Amino acid sequence: MRKWILVIMTILLAIMSVFVGVENVPLSDALHLTKEQVDILMISRFPRTVSIIIAGAGMSICGLIMQQLTRNRFVSPTTAGTLDAARLGVLVAIMVFPQATTLTKMLVAFVFSVAGTFIFIQLLNRIKFKDTIFIPLVGLMFGSIISSITTFFAYKNNLVQNINAWLQGDFSAVLRGRYEMLYITIPLFLIAYIYANRFTVVGMGESFAVNLGLNYKVIVAIGLTLVALMTSSVILTVGTIPFLGLIVPNIISIYSGDNLRQTLPLTALFGASFVLACDILGRLIIFPYEISISLMVGVIGSGIFIILLLRREKYAA
Amino acid sequence: MPRKSMIQMSALGAFALLSCLLFMFYKIGGSWSFALEERGIKLAAIGLTAVAIAVSTLIFQTLTQNRILTPSVMGLDSLYMLFQTLLVFFIGSNNPLMANKNINFIATLVLMIAFSFMLYHLLFRRERVSIYFLLLLGIVFGTLFQNGSSFMQMLIDPNEFLIVQGKMFASFNSVNGPVLGMASIVLILSLVYLAYWFKYLDVLRLGKDQAINLGVPYFKLARHLLIIVSIMVSVATALVGPVTFLGLLVVNVTYQLFDTYRHKVLIPGAILLSIIALVFGQWMVERIFTFNTTLSVIINFIGGAYFIYLLIKESRG
Amino acid sequence: MIETKQITKKYQNKTVLNAIDLEVPEKKITAFIGSNGAGKSTLLGIVSRLLKKEGGEVLIDDMDINEWKSKALSKKLAILKQNNQMTARLTVEDLVSFGRFPYSQGVLTKDDHEKVTEALAYMGLEPLRKNYLDALSGGQQQRAYIAMIIAQDTDYVLLDEPLNNLDMKNAVQMMKTLRRLVDDFGKTIILVLHDINFASCYADYMVGLKNGEIVAQGSTEEIMTSDKLKDIYDMHLDITEINQCKYCLYFK
Repeated sequence: MRKWILVIMTILLAIMSVFVGVENVPLSDALHLTKEQVDILMISRFPRTVSIIIAGAGMSICGLIMQQLTRNRFVSPTTAGTLDAARLGVLVAIMVFPQATTLTKMLVAFVFSVAGTFIFIQLLNRIKFKDTIFIPLVGLMFGSIISSITTFFAYKNNLVQNINAWLQGDFSAVLRGRYEMLYITIPLFLIAYIYANRFTVVGMGESFAVNLGLNYKVIVAIGLTLVALMTSSVILTVGTIPFLGLIVPNIISIYSGDNLRQTLPLTALFGASFVLACDILGRLIIFPYEISISLMVGVIGSGIFIILLLRREKYAA
Repeated sequence: MPRKSMIQMSALGAFALLSCLLFMFYKIGGSWSFALEERGIKLAAIGLTAVAIAVSTLIFQTLTQNRILTPSVMGLDSLYMLFQTLLVFFIGSNNPLMANKNINFIATLVLMIAFSFMLYHLLFRRERVSIYFLLLLGIVFGTLFQNGSSFMQMLIDPNEFLIVQGKMFASFNSVNGPVLGMASIVLILSLVYLAYWFKYLDVLRLGKDQAINLGVPYFKLARHLLIIVSIMVSVATALVGPVTFLGLLVVNVTYQLFDTYRHKVLIPGAILLSIIALVFGQWMVERIFTFNTTLSVIINFIGGAYFIYLLIKESRG
Repeated sequence: MIETKQITKKYQNKTVLNAIDLEVPEKKITAFIGSNGAGKSTLLGIVSRLLKKEGGEVLIDDMDINEWKSKALSKKLAILKQNNQMTARLTVEDLVSFGRFPYSQGVLTKDDHEKVTEALAYMGLEPLRKNYLDALSGGQQQRAYIAMIIAQDTDYVLLDEPLNNLDMKNAVQMMKTLRRLVDDFGKTIILVLHDINFASCYADYMVGLKNGEIVAQGSTEEIMTSDKLKDIYDMHLDITEINQCKYCLYFK
């Protein structure tokens, strides 16, 4: 029931997002667009809207999967060291291929973050852990090692500000020719949905999973890989957006429980429509300039979530 | 204390002492009294930070029953960064609030403690509060602060950014006598305060329900422990900058080494380990890398690698 | 004595307990029975102060449960839930020693050590005292927890499905132990039981819950009839008697 409301909301917001911007493209022209208007839509508006939806839904889902796999509500999709590996990749791209195009640099960084995740999974396979807390724990430690390497070189070469700026969430830089990497995530959504039940089962622990005939290690590895691929393509194209991975799944779980098959679409839709709404507002508030998405999500998100949490707290416990 | 722990503890103590001696006397040349005073203050600051971070992280994890959380999820580190960034952004780095270390320390400390009290007040009006909600709220606030600061950091003039960047990494070089004095008093008071609740810590490890069954005034205890944790984190952060990741590392290495639930072993163990990490790390920064890197780089690299080594070793054995 | 007056509890807007009035008989075993979701565990949780109630009061020895100091209450009443999630790694002896925490606040006296040893012996755990809990079988773990409760030495002992995960032999032993605690030491035990026949064989008093209300209560003799059980479980049950004990057959 609520799913339909969210679907409609997402669609409406997406349509709005396509038609809001500095260049005026009114909705009434939708059926007889000029060449110029088509260009604007195809070069800027459409990529932007698509990337918002993918980023919003993707990061929220990644958070949900990570939290399920580890049975820990405070784990975010970047806990597996993905963000740190991506940062290292950005550093290498900037230092080693300063002349390369943005898309090339992104690909370099992407390769790094995927490689990082594989090393992480290898590491997990070598460790006999007693409970799921060790997944994020090893991830955090692994991430900190990588990030210390990055910081070491970035600090020496005065690149800290530069790298941070790259990974700061920003949709205004999303244009045709530099966002296509995001499409990698679309098949991943599907796989995530197919595997949803298995992630829930794996979250119950190794013996539980084995009992149901699942290969624990393989499912964990699939989950982590999914999360890594989605996360790195999002943070490299649009940057990091706060909250989504951590808070959105928590809010959905408070309201709709923990059955992944059911909550996965809800989380994705809620994440997407939330980011869409923030982005549209960010473009309108100081029109014709715009406020960066991380700030909008940060401010609006905090406000909404604090209210939700406090209101909810009244009934709970 | 079992014999094995005794031996381990003595070894750690000896190693910690050795690091301190190395730090104090290595390549001491020229004026002894000047060098000793300078190094002495720094060493004291390191010791103080080590105690504050180790103890606060340990009790925070005991309270939350979660091995991957540090008190930084309560948003204090981010508040610190936001405050420093705001100062530089709006009134410049020459303003006494920024330039005068004593004033900056007091202002920062007061602000952080005031924030924690506000947060707890917001929640503890009710008789029973779920720690889960508290943590979520802390994360929400933390993200908000962090976004505010990253946003401003992008706009700041690169020269001024260097000042902010200096604050981003923990550093013991800017500590002076009066600040150290104030910090010590606050820390000692909070330790005395903790001593009163100390006996309940072991029982908390059994989980909330068992603790209540055994007569622990759980909700009252939680409130007081959280206050102690925030004061300790605020002192350490205001003194040297964000160092909470150190806590996560040190505490997890402590669990791995000592394998006990007893806080009278865990707390000294964690303190010694964090002294070793900080003193030795600082020594390397100064003497080997001649200030060309930051302390966190060394600690995160060596500490992270050591932790993973411990896990792998345990899995083989 | 444990007494409840008009207890209500809601989750969200769903009422799970509605105006529960109950007097638990002293020095007896009282079993809460009923189908899943009837409110048994919730009621036990409220009586043991682990759960908050929306309305009504719980009286322990004529004093409201909220008036009790935590420490004093922990010497009076012990509760054991069905799943004890614990992150700490400790030995059987460590766990049982925690039972003395209300008395010693962590620093064990000679007297405390004796009580711990007695409790370990009572549950037959001496050979296992130095073993880590996570290396024990489910039945052994359960026994260790019961030993802790025994060391805690309270008048009232509340147990939430203590037979969960126990095999036949362990389950029978557990019930016999509880029976002895009542008969030899004069404890008052309240437990939530799923197996009606265990309740029938070992409990003195039964409280049947359905949809958050008490639908029947009385001595085991009174409750173990087809009519009463139909009220509680909404299904027809045949009662047979073997060796002076009533059994209810519900398998076919």
